[in-house]
Amino acid sequence: MIDILLSVSFWVAMVRIASPLIFATLGELLCERAGVLNLGIEGIMVAGAFAGWYAAYAGLGLWPAVAVAFATGMAFGALHAGLTVAFGLSQHVVGIGITLLATSASYYAYRLALPEVTSPPRIEAFATWPVPGLSAIPLIGPALFDQTPLTYLAYGVAVALALVLARTPLGLAIRAVGENPAAVEAQGLSVSGLRTLAVVAGSGLMAVGGSFLTLSAFNSFFFEMVNGRGWICIALVVFGGWRPGKAVAGAFLFAAFDALQIRLQQTPMGAAVPYQLFLMLPYLLSIAALIAMSRRAAVPAALMLPFRKGER
Amino acid sequence: MTLPAQRWPALRLTGITKRFGAALANDGISLSVQPGEVVALLGENGAGKTTLMNILFGHYTADAGTIEVAGRALPPGQPRAALAAGVGMVHQHFTLAENLTVLDNLLLGTRPLWRPGAGRTAARARITALSRDFGLAVDPGARVAELSVGERQRVEILKALYRQARVLILDEPTAVLTPQEAEALFATLRRAVAQGLAVIFISHKLHEVMAIADRVVVLRHGRVAGEARIAMTDPARLAAMMVGAEVAAPAVAPAREGGVAMRLSGVSTAGFRPDLRALSLDLVAGRITGLAGVSGNGQGALAALVAGLARPAAGRIEIAGGAVADWSPRAAVGHGIARIPEDRHHDGTIGDFTLAENAVLERLRDRRFSRRGWIDRAAVRAHAEALIRGYDIRCPGPEARIRLLSGGNMQKLILGRVLEEDPAIILANQPVRGLDIGAVGFVQDRLLAARARGAAVLLISEDLEEVMALADVVHVISQGRLSPGFARGSMTAAGLGLWMAGQGFDDAA
Amino acid sequence: MRLEPIAAPTLARRLLPPVVALGCVAVFGGALAALAGADPLAIFGLIVTGAAGSKFAALETLNRATPLIFTGLAVAVAFRARLWNIGAEAQLYAGALMAVVLGSGALPWPGYALIPAMLAAAMAAGALMLIGPAVLKLRFGVDEVVTTLLLNFVMLLFVSMLLEGPLKDPMGMGWPRSPAILREARLPRIVTGLRLHWGFGLALIAAVAVWVIDRRTVAGFEMRAVGAGEAAARFAGIRVPRVVIATAALSGALAALAGLSEVAGLRGALTMDLSPGYGYTGIVVAMLAGLNPLGVVAAALFVAAISVGADSMSRAAGVPTYIADMLLAAALLAMVLALMLTRYRVRRA
Repeated sequence: MIDILLSVSFWVAMVRIASPLIFATLGELLCERAGVLNLGIEGIMVAGAFAGWYAAYAGLGLWPAVAVAFATGMAFGALHAGLTVAFGLSQHVVGIGITLLATSASYYAYRLALPEVTSPPRIEAFATWPVPGLSAIPLIGPALFDQTPLTYLAYGVAVALALVLARTPLGLAIRAVGENPAAVEAQGLSVSGLRTLAVVAGSGLMAVGGSFLTLSAFNSFFFEMVNGRGWICIALVVFGGWRPGKAVAGAFLFAAFDALQIRLQQTPMGAAVPYQLFLMLPYLLSIAALIAMSRRAAVPAALMLPFRKGER
Repeated sequence: MTLPAQRWPALRLTGITKRFGAALANDGISLSVQPGEVVALLGENGAGKTTLMNILFGHYTADAGTIEVAGRALPPGQPRAALAAGVGMVHQHFTLAENLTVLDNLLLGTRPLWRPGAGRTAARARITALSRDFGLAVDPGARVAELSVGERQRVEILKALYRQARVLILDEPTAVLTPQEAEALFATLRRAVAQGLAVIFISHKLHEVMAIADRVVVLRHGRVAGEARIAMTDPARLAAMMVGAEVAAPAVAPAREGGVAMRLSGVSTAGFRPDLRALSLDLVAGRITGLAGVSGNGQGALAALVAGLARPAAGRIEIAGGAVADWSPRAAVGHGIARIPEDRHHDGTIGDFTLAENAVLERLRDRRFSRRGWIDRAAVRAHAEALIRGYDIRCPGPEARIRLLSGGNMQKLILGRVLEEDPAIILANQPVRGLDIGAVGFVQDRLLAARARGAAVLLISEDLEEVMALADVVHVISQGRLSPGFARGSMTAAGLGLWMAGQGFDDAA
Repeated sequence: MRLEPIAAPTLARRLLPPVVALGCVAVFGGALAALAGADPLAIFGLIVTGAAGSKFAALETLNRATPLIFTGLAVAVAFRARLWNIGAEAQLYAGALMAVVLGSGALPWPGYALIPAMLAAAMAAGALMLIGPAVLKLRFGVDEVVTTLLLNFVMLLFVSMLLEGPLKDPMGMGWPRSPAILREARLPRIVTGLRLHWGFGLALIAAVAVWVIDRRTVAGFEMRAVGAGEAAARFAGIRVPRVVIATAALSGALAALAGLSEVAGLRGALTMDLSPGYGYTGIVVAMLAGLNPLGVVAAALFVAAISVGADSMSRAAGVPTYIADMLLAAALLAMVLALMLTRYRVRRA
C-alpha cells in the first residue's frame, strides 16, 4: 500500500478523478448556499458531457465546447429555478424530473446525431499541459500541475467561488438568501433573483464538470458515463459542510479512495477487502457528517424552503 | 449653528386604506412624525398596526393613500425605495441571517452586488463609531446565532442606522426584552431622537408608551381612535381609547359554582417567552375565569400547559382533586378538557381535511368512531351532521374541505367538537378573535351555556371588554405572573389596565 | 410574481391545468418525433399498439408496471405524510436481497410457507431501510432527502459486494449474479401459460390495501393528518413521531416488495441491473397519480405503457427509445406545475 501512495501515477489519477467532481460539487454548493437543493445535478452532468463532446465533435474547438456545456447547464438550471424558485414547487421532485429529462434528452440527441454508430467516435481532447516550473516539484508537481487545462480551470473556479462567496457583496447576498430570505428581502434585494442566479450559474458548473469527462478524460461520449458522480457531489457538499475549500478537499479524498481501490484490487492484500467498502465510505461519512452537523447548524437554514412573498 | 427650520415632517401617511378580502385592515389612517420626535402607535392585536407598517415599508401595496418621507412621495410596494428614502424598520421577528456575522448582516444589500470587495474595513470603523454614538455595544465579528435576543435587536437598529435612516420604526421592540434591556433600548432611542431621527414605536404596553413617547396615536379596528400628547394624558385614558368605551355587560345569570375542577399549583414552564413563574390558579365548576393581559405576557405558556402541549417544569396539575402524572395533548383530551385553540387554522383544524374528519380529529380512537383501528364512517358522518345541525355550521356538507368555511363556521365546528363531549373543563383561547358579530354572539352564548351546565371555563382574551362581560372572576397576567382574582363588577377597565401595565404585582420592578 | 391560494377552485380550475399540461407534453413528444424525421402523429399510435396491441405486448406492459406500482405506492405513502423518501431504490434492493437470501436454499420449505416468509423478511428489511432515516430526522433533524438518497448508493455497493462475494453464483461463469432461487420460492403465474406472475396481483392487492388503510383506518387517517397539518395533528393528540415511524415502515416495506416481485416473479435471481431506476421512477408515478393509491396503479400502467410502447415504436419509426424517458420527465414537471396551478392563482406582486 505504501508503494501505491508513493507512486506518481496514483496522485495524478486522484487529481484527474477529482476534477469533474470539483466543478459539479462547487455548482451544487452554490445552489445550496442560496437555499436550493439541486437534484438535477446528475442529469445536468450528463447533458454537459454530451453537449461539450458534441460541440467538439462538430468541430467547434475545445474551449467553445466547454462554453457550450456551460450554457447547456444554465438552460437546465433556468428550468429548475423557474419551477422551484418562481413557482415554489418541491425541490426534490423537480430535481428528479430534471435529472430524468436532461439524461434522456442527451441520450436522445446522441442517437439522433449518430444513429448508426456502434463504437462512440473519439475526439481530439484536451492534452496535458505541464505548468513550467511547478510541475517539476517531486510528487506534488506532476499530480497537481501536469494535468489538462480543464483541471487548472477547476482550481480557478474553486478559488473564484470561495472568494466571491466570502468577499463580495454578491456572495454575501447569496449566503444570506440561503439562511434567511426574509432578511434579504428586508434589505431591498430580490430573493428570487438571487436564487435564480445561483441555480443557473451552479447548474452551468455542473455541466462543465460533466464535460470534463468527455473533453478531458474519456475523449468520447457513452451512456452511463456519469454513473452517479452527480449524487456523489451532493454527498461531497454535505461532507464539506457547505464550504468550498472543504468540499474540494472532500472531492480529492473521494478521488483518492477511488484511485486507491482500483490499485489495491491488484494487490493480494487489497483483493481480500471488497473494493465496494472503500466506495461506500464517502457516503457513510457524509451521513455521519450530517448527524454531527445537525447540532452545529452548518446547513443553510433555508435550504429546501420555498420563499413566498408576504408569507411567514 | 442652529438647525434649519423643519419644513416637512420626517414621515407623513395620508389616508392609508388596505383591504384583505372582506376585512378592512387599515381604514383611512393618517399620521405624521417630526424629526426628533417619538410617536407611539398603540393598539390591540389586530388593530392594524402591523399592516400599516408593512405598507410603509413596501411589503404590501395600499389600496388608497400616500406616503411621504421628508416631503417626497414614496412609490408603493418597493422595499428598496423605502430603504433608500431612509426608512429603517426593526421587525418584531428579526430579519437576521443567524449563521452570518454581525458585520455581514449589516453589510447585506448596502453595496452594489457586482462590485468586488466587501468593504469590510471601512464598514467596521463606521460601525464602531455608530455603536459608540448610540450606545449599541455589539461585536461585529460575532455570529448572530451566538447573540442574545437583546443583542440581536441592537444589530437590527444598527442596520437601520448604518443605512442612514431618518425614520426608525420599531415593531413591538420590548416584547422580547428583559426590563433592563428595554431600559437600554430607551436610552438608545433618546440618543437617536436627540440627533434628529424620527421614531415610531409600536406597542400595546401602556407604561412603555408613557415612558418613551412624545405623542401617541391609538389604532382600533383599523382606524385612528385617538391621538394625544403624552404630557396631556394618562394610562387609564389610553387604555379606554384602546379597548373602546366601557359597554354595559350583557345580562348574565348568577353563577352556581361547584368545586375545583382543575388546579394549577405553583406551575412554572420552560422554553416560553415569558415563562410562567410559580403560578397558581383554580378553575371552578360553573365559573368563567377570565384571563386578561397584554399579549405575550404568558398567555401562550398557560394555554399550552392547560391544553397538554407543554409539561410543567415545576409545580403540579390536579384535575378533579387528583394529580395528573403523564401530561400530553392526548391526556388532556382524555381528562375531558375541551380545548379551543388560539389559532384555528394552524392548531384547530387541518385545512385539506373534510369537515367530518376535522370533527373527529381528537376522538377518532374512541369506540364510537372506530373499532380495532377501523373507522366507522357512518358514525363519523352522523356525528358531523349532528354538529352541523346543532351548531348551525353553514357549509356544503360534511364532506366539504374545512378550508372552504368562513372563520366563524370553522370556530363553530371546533366549539361543537369539544362541547358535545360535555366537558368539565373548557379552555377557550381567544375564542372570538376575527369573527363577525353574529358568530361572536353564538360562541359567547355557548360558553355561557356550558357554564350554566357546570363546566369550569378558562377564557383567555386580549379584549378586555370581552373578558369583563363574560368572566365571573378576572385575573390579569403580566410577565408570567398572575394577579389576584377580581369578582365580576369589582374592577373598572382602567383599574385592570393598570394591572395589565404591570403595576400592583408585589415584585414589580 | 406572487402566488395566491384559491379558496374554492372551480371544476374548470381543477381540470384545465392538468389537461393543458398533458396536451403540452403530447406536442413536445410530436416535436421530438419530427426532429427524428418521423411522423409526429403516427408515433402515438405506434406507442399504443406497442404497449397494448397484442397479448404479448399487454402482458409486457403489466409486468413492467408491477415494480412501478410498488415503488409508486411507497413514495405516495411517504410523501402524503411529508416524509420525503428518495430511497425507494435502496429499499427495493433490500427486498430483492431478502428474496435471494431466503429463496435460494437457506429455507428448504414448501412454497406456501416459503413465499410468506420471504414476503415478511423483504418487507421488514425495506421498512428498516427507511426507519433509519426517519429516526435520524426525528431525533437529530437530519434531512431525510439526503440520507435516503445516499443510502441508495450504499445499498447498491453492498449488493454489488455480496454478488461478488458470499452471494456469488458459483455456476455464474464469473458474472456478478446470485444463484437462482428455488422453484418453490418463485411467484406462480396468475394464469398458466401467460407470462404474468403473481407479483402483479400482489401489487394490485397492495394498492387496494393502501387505499383502504388511507381511507378506512385510524392509522391511515393519522398519517394523512400529520402530512396535511402537523401542528393540528399534534394539538389533537396524535402522536406524531410514532406516526412518522409507522409511515416509514409502510413505505419501505412497499418498495421492498418491488424487489421481491422482480426477483421471485420475473428474474429468478439477483443481478446489479435488477432495477433500471424503479425507485426514482416511483416518484414520477406517485406525482402523476397526485399521491392517490389507486391513481398509482393507473399512473404506473401509463408509465409502463409509454416505456414498453416507445421501445416498439422506436424499432418501427426509427425514433430513439429515450423519447419515453423524455416524455415521462416532461409529464412529471408539467404535472407538478399544473397541480399547483389548480390551487393557486398567479398574481403580479
